[in-house]
Amino acid sequence: MDTTATLKNPTGATLRRADYTQEELAALHRRMGLAALRRRRIRTGVLIVLNVIMALFILFPLLYAVSVSLMPGEELFTMEMNLLPKHPDFGNYIRAWTQVPLLRFVLNSFIVAGCITLGQIITCSLAAFAFSFLNFKGKNLLFMLVMATMMVPGEATIISNYLTVSSLGILDTYLVLILPSLTSAMGIFLFRQFYMTFPMSLYESAKLDGCGNLRFIVSILLPLTKSAIGAMSVYTFINAWNMYMWPLLVTGSQEMRTVQIGISMLDNTDAQSVTLMMAGVVSVIIPSMVIFIAGQKQLIKGMFSGAVKG
Amino acid sequence: MKSFAEKLKGCSPYAYLIPCFAIFAMFLFYPFVKTIYLSMFLTDKLGRAKIFVGAQNYIDLLTSESFYNSIIVTLIFVVIVVFGSMLLGLIAAVLCSKTFPGIRAFSTSYALPMAIASSGAAMIFKVILNPTIGLFNKVTGLDINWISDPRYALICVAVLTAWLNSGINFLYFSAGLGNIDESIYERASVDGASGIQKFFRLTLPGLSPIMFYTLVVNIIQAFQSFGQVKILTQGGPGESTNLIVYSIYRDAFFNYKFGSAAAQSVILFLIIMALTLVMFKVEKKGVKY
Repeated sequence: MDTTATLKNPTGATLRRADYTQEELAALHRRMGLAALRRRRIRTGVLIVLNVIMALFILFPLLYAVSVSLMPGEELFTMEMNLLPKHPDFGNYIRAWTQVPLLRFVLNSFIVAGCITLGQIITCSLAAFAFSFLNFKGKNLLFMLVMATMMVPGEATIISNYLTVSSLGILDTYLVLILPSLTSAMGIFLFRQFYMTFPMSLYESAKLDGCGNLRFIVSILLPLTKSAIGAMSVYTFINAWNMYMWPLLVTGSQEMRTVQIGISMLDNTDAQSVTLMMAGVVSVIIPSMVIFIAGQKQLIKGMFSGAVKG
Repeated sequence: MKSFAEKLKGCSPYAYLIPCFAIFAMFLFYPFVKTIYLSMFLTDKLGRAKIFVGAQNYIDLLTSESFYNSIIVTLIFVVIVVFGSMLLGLIAAVLCSKTFPGIRAFSTSYALPMAIASSGAAMIFKVILNPTIGLFNKVTGLDINWISDPRYALICVAVLTAWLNSGINFLYFSAGLGNIDESIYERASVDGASGIQKFFRLTLPGLSPIMFYTLVVNIIQAFQSFGQVKILTQGGPGESTNLIVYSIYRDAFFNYKFGSAAAQSVILFLIIMALTLVMFKVEKKGVKY
C-alpha cells in the first residue's frame, strides 16, 4: 500500500526517496490531501454563502410580497420594521378572491394563454415543416419575411391593431385576446432549427411508405421534437399569461379581464388594501412560477440546443 | 383530373404557410403599413384618417420638447436597465458556474424573474417604495417619496425593469460560461493567475460571443417596457418617466392624437430595426476581442 502511494507520487518519490522513510511520505501525502480537501470545503462554503446572499437579493421582492400578503391589514401600517408577519393568516387571500372575481380572471388567462400556446405550436410547426422539408418558389424570400417580422415591435403596431379589431366589432372577446398572438416568428425559427437537424431521407422514406405530409408532422416530427415543443410551450404560456398592454386596450368588461389587468383593479379599490393587493399579486404569480419551474429544464435545453445545432 | 391533383400537390407547400401568414398579414403587415399611413394624417377621435398632412406629424414631433424629453428619458432608462440587468445576470451566472450542493435551487431562483409579469412586479415595488409604510425607507432611514419625486421615479422604474430582465441574462451568461473550455482556467491557475485576473482575462473574453447578442436583446427589450410605467408612475411625475411606448399609448388613447402616436411608432420601429440589423451583422461576423 505504502509503496504504491510513493510510486504514484512521481516528483517526491523518485527524487527524494532517500530523504524520507515510507511512513513519513505516507503521512505527508495524507496531510496534503487533507489540506486540499479543507481548502475545497472552504471554497464550496464561501460559494454557497455568496449564492445565498445573491439569491435572497434576487428573490427579495417576491419573498416580501408573500410576507406582506400574510399580514393582517393593520400590521403593515406601523413605523417600525416589519419584515415578517407577527400573526400570519390567509384572510387577505380569501378577501382578494371574493372582493374581485379573481377566479374568473385566472380562468380567462388560462383559456387565453392555453389557446395561444396550442395555436402557436400548430401554426409554427406547419410553417417550419414547409420551410425545412418542402421545396417551393419563393421559399427563401418568405422565410426572410418571417424573420423580418422579428424587427417589428408589437408596441409599434398596437394602435393600428386596436383600430382594426374595434372596427371588426370583436373588442372584449376571447377571440381578440387570442387571435393576434396565434403565430410567432421565434416559434417558426426554433422549430425550423430543430427540423433541419433531421436528414431529408427521413421525410423521403416516410413519403415512399405512403405517409402523407400531415401524418408525417403529427406522428414523426412532433414526437421527435418534444423538447422544442416543451421549451416553446413554457415560453409562450408565460408570455401570454403576463401579457399586459393588449388586454388593457381590448378588454372593457369585468368578465373578460385577464389576471394582469384584474389585479391592477385591487390597486385601485381603496388605499388601505395594500395587503389585499399583495395577496392578489402572489396568487397570479404562482401559476406562471409553477409552470416556469416545472418547465425550466426543457426551456433551457430548447433555447440553447436549437440555436447551437442549427 | 390528374393534372388537377398535380396542381394541388404543387401548391400544397403554401397551404402549410397559410395559417401563420394569415395572422402575420392581419396583425403585422397590414397594421405596419397602416401605421405608416396614419402617421401622415390627422385623425378623428375614432382613429380615422381625416386630413393628409404629409410629414407634418414627424416635424411636429422632432420640434416638440415633449418628444425630445421622451427620447432622452428612454435612453437614460435603457442604459440603466441594460447595465443593471446584465450585471445581475453575470454575477449570478459566475456564482453558479462551478457545481456545488444545491446549485439547482439557486439557478432556478436566478432565472425566476423571467416568469414574473411587469404589472405584478410593479405593484410589489409600489409597496416596497411607499414613503410611509415602504420597507425601503424603513431600512435606509430615508424619507423620500421615491415614485412621486421626478429625480428618483425614473431610477425606480429602471431598477424594477433591470430586476425583471435579469433572469434571461442569467440563462444567456450561464450558457456562455458553459462554452468556455475548463482547461484554460487550470492552465492559468498553474501559472499563478488570481481569481480576479482569471475573471477579466479569461471569463469576460470567453463570454464575448454571447455578450453582444445579450446586449442587443436587452436594449430592444428595455425599449419596449410599458406595464411597469403604467402601474408605477403613469409617465409622471411631470413627464419624467414618459418612455416612448408609454408616450405612444398616452397620445393615442388619452389625447386621441393617433397620427402623432403612429409617427412615434414608426420612429420606435426604426430604432428597433437598426438595432436588430446591427445584431445580425455582427452575429454573422462573429465577435472576437
